[in-house]
Amino acid sequence: MGLEEKLPSGFLLTTVEQAAGWVRKSSVFPATFGLACCAIEMMTTGAGRYDLARFGMEVFRGSPRQADLMIVAGRVSQKMAPVLRQVYDQMPEPKWVISMGVCASSGGMFNNYAIVQGVDHIVPVDIYLPGCPPRPEMLMDAILKLHHKIQNSKLGVNREQAAREAEEAALKALPTIEMKGLLR
Amino acid sequence: MSTSNHADHAAGAARAASRETTEGTVYTVTGGDWDEIVQSAAKADDERIVVNMGPQHPSTHGVLRLILEIDGETVTEARCGIGYLHTGIEKNLEFRNWTQGTTFVTRMDYLTPFFNEAAYCLAVEKLLGITDQVPDRASIVRVLLMELNRISSHLVCIATGGMELGATTIMIYGFRDREMVLDLYELITGLRMNHAFIRPGGLAQDLPPGAMEKLREFVKTFKKNLPEYDKLATGNPIFKARMQDVGYLDLTGCMALGATGPVLRSAGLPHDLRKSDPYCGYETYEFDVPTTESCDSYGRFLIRLEEMRQSLRIVEQCLERLEPGPVMVADKKIAWPAQLAMGPDGLGNSLDHIRNIMGTSMEALIHHFKLVTEGFRVPAGQAYAAVESPKGELGAHVVSDGGTRPYRVHFRDPSFTNLQAMAAMCEGGQVADVIVAVASIDPVMGGVDR
Amino acid sequence: MSENHEPENGRPLPAPRGSAGEVIGVRTGMFGANDGGDTSGYGGLVRPVVLPGATARPYGSYFDEVADELEGALEEQGLVPENAIEKTVVDRGELTFHIAREHLVRVARTLRDDPALRFELCTGVSGVHFPHDKGRELHAVYHLRSITHGRLIRLEVTAPDADPHVPSLVEVYPTNDWHERETYDFFGLIFDGHPALTRIMMPDDWQGFPQRKDYPLGGIPVEYKGAQIPAPDQRRSYS
Repeated sequence: MGLEEKLPSGFLLTTVEQAAGWVRKSSVFPATFGLACCAIEMMTTGAGRYDLARFGMEVFRGSPRQADLMIVAGRVSQKMAPVLRQVYDQMPEPKWVISMGVCASSGGMFNNYAIVQGVDHIVPVDIYLPGCPPRPEMLMDAILKLHHKIQNSKLGVNREQAAREAEEAALKALPTIEMKGLLR
Repeated sequence: MSTSNHADHAAGAARAASRETTEGTVYTVTGGDWDEIVQSAAKADDERIVVNMGPQHPSTHGVLRLILEIDGETVTEARCGIGYLHTGIEKNLEFRNWTQGTTFVTRMDYLTPFFNEAAYCLAVEKLLGITDQVPDRASIVRVLLMELNRISSHLVCIATGGMELGATTIMIYGFRDREMVLDLYELITGLRMNHAFIRPGGLAQDLPPGAMEKLREFVKTFKKNLPEYDKLATGNPIFKARMQDVGYLDLTGCMALGATGPVLRSAGLPHDLRKSDPYCGYETYEFDVPTTESCDSYGRFLIRLEEMRQSLRIVEQCLERLEPGPVMVADKKIAWPAQLAMGPDGLGNSLDHIRNIMGTSMEALIHHFKLVTEGFRVPAGQAYAAVESPKGELGAHVVSDGGTRPYRVHFRDPSFTNLQAMAAMCEGGQVADVIVAVASIDPVMGGVDR
Repeated sequence: MSENHEPENGRPLPAPRGSAGEVIGVRTGMFGANDGGDTSGYGGLVRPVVLPGATARPYGSYFDEVADELEGALEEQGLVPENAIEKTVVDRGELTFHIAREHLVRVARTLRDDPALRFELCTGVSGVHFPHDKGRELHAVYHLRSITHGRLIRLEVTAPDADPHVPSLVEVYPTNDWHERETYDFFGLIFDGHPALTRIMMPDDWQGFPQRKDYPLGGIPVEYKGAQIPAPDQRRSYS
């Protein structure tokens, strides 16, 4: 059924990276960072029907010091931005951020003086989740994708190498306005 | 002041000199300073501290910041810091046409989207002078959706309120039943939240096939589920001990602070805009306005439970009344020309309608294009329309300068006004009761900050 | 404001019913863009923006009764009603009293306390900015509801941009505390006598008053693949 059937005579062979990734992804503790409409859908995801407990993360931590995932659920106002950054800084490493909903990802329909046009201006974002608000299923999909990312994250020198490669790729990437092709 | 400072300095210098020895400065563990500090702290008998709750805090509804000055366990002063979710929706509306406005207002108080839309649309219809022309079916569906919305909003209030007391079960129950209402929204409007379904002049589209059966099924199931809240909470001694006489605000306080909705009705005044200033034909429905005399959180909880029962009564009456008919005003210069249909990826433009106007009628295409890109013009003037939202009087003050876009839209949100009563409810009480009092106001920061 | 509604010798000239109304601005052209040549042919279009003007009696509905009671109560206090009430507008089934700002508190107190009026509930203040309504740029709009009599009226007060002061109604209606702070925050209207008039929505160090018409929306252009869409207030649009 599970992993144990594939193992020869009770041995489990893996790398430290894989083992660390496996334990990390299996109990992610999200911080409660509900801001607006998306927060209600986030609460719904934690409640009975969608039951986030299946993925080992039904416990939303009130204190950022006990959390390693920040789900930015909703529009981030200019007044909230410093608070958000402070909460992020209080979270212990390693930590991940899901930008839930289009307002958090890009400002969305609120392209005005009051809203930060994308939470990635303030904190590094791992997963952008579109939708206004995203359905609970979409949030769970984002969480599963994040689990995959956590599982395959590197450690030590490999991590530094991966970070360098990611930065080089980002420097080479075309700005949106210079991209060609279909709008997708 | 200065003399005592001089004295302190002199004493300090003397003490410092006594520490100087041939082997350098010697510090003793007992130290002279500490004794004084400990003594003065003991003398003051003062545990007065200022606590900041929020803006990121699990039990303040969203991003509310409470600034509490507490003496031991007693709250001596309480203030609110708001604006952490200010979205500038009112300003954004001024750059969109009148129909697009519903898309924005629905996101104000995100737990009561249909009420925001209804208040805005009623005000726009008043400006247009078409209040009487809105078809009956549209009004009945509006009432139906608003009452369903009242149920789902009260469910969230009771669920999160229970969770903040530590009662996780009631939260699971509340969200379970709310999901049933959300399924109905999704069937009718295509969306779980933020619908923009009520439009100036009527509705975005008619009820889909099968909606009536689902609605009847819901009424049946929810009638069975509602008594569970009574069984779980109403008589529960812990629940009562936490809620009774907490968050007290009497009628005088309510009137002075402009509190409306369950807060006002818990003080015994049966004021409900559905009765006193009816809109959408509420005067023809049979329902009661529950009140209590207790003025406290427990009374507000009971009122919300009873209001859900009354809402269910109204929903049943709506279902009996619904007759086939148009859901948009007949005036083609106002009625949104698009026809929507449910596609494989959700609600969208009806392909048949597009084929028709693109292929057969040039005039229909021009008309469609003008109305969608430019929108309709609304005669200059101002109007105020108010609806009874689950939180209280939700008013929309809409000003037009005769253009295709609103000149100014201001929402009088009940959460914003009622939240002012927080200080009056909490000061002099316990810290733990602040949470209960705030939960009994049921503020939604999207509505407070807009 | 057009001159003929100005009180002269303490007596206003009542505007005839269905009067031209109050011109608060002029709209030119059909499309928002003014940078290029007039390719549409609509560039010469000039339309005045006219708000409903003063109404002559009878007002209809319960409005006459409210107006009579208010005028009577003000006279009892030794106040000439025509000085306090600049004009009365009945439009779309709603009654609006335009009040001279120096008399606002007195009028509100009368409306609240007079047994025949009893407007117990104030639903807050809404600011409106008319930059082309010279000398009356800032409007503060109050809606008062009487639960006893089931009535709703509107008070409107104006202040020039150069002197944006309006007396505070907090002492009469404590509920206006936050509402006035909000209006100050968004429009810069200073409510004299408010206990703590500070910003409420925007951060304390914010510059400017964001919901005034001369404050830009503040949006940024949105980038797509190979294209850029300007912010909503910069786009070409119908006017």
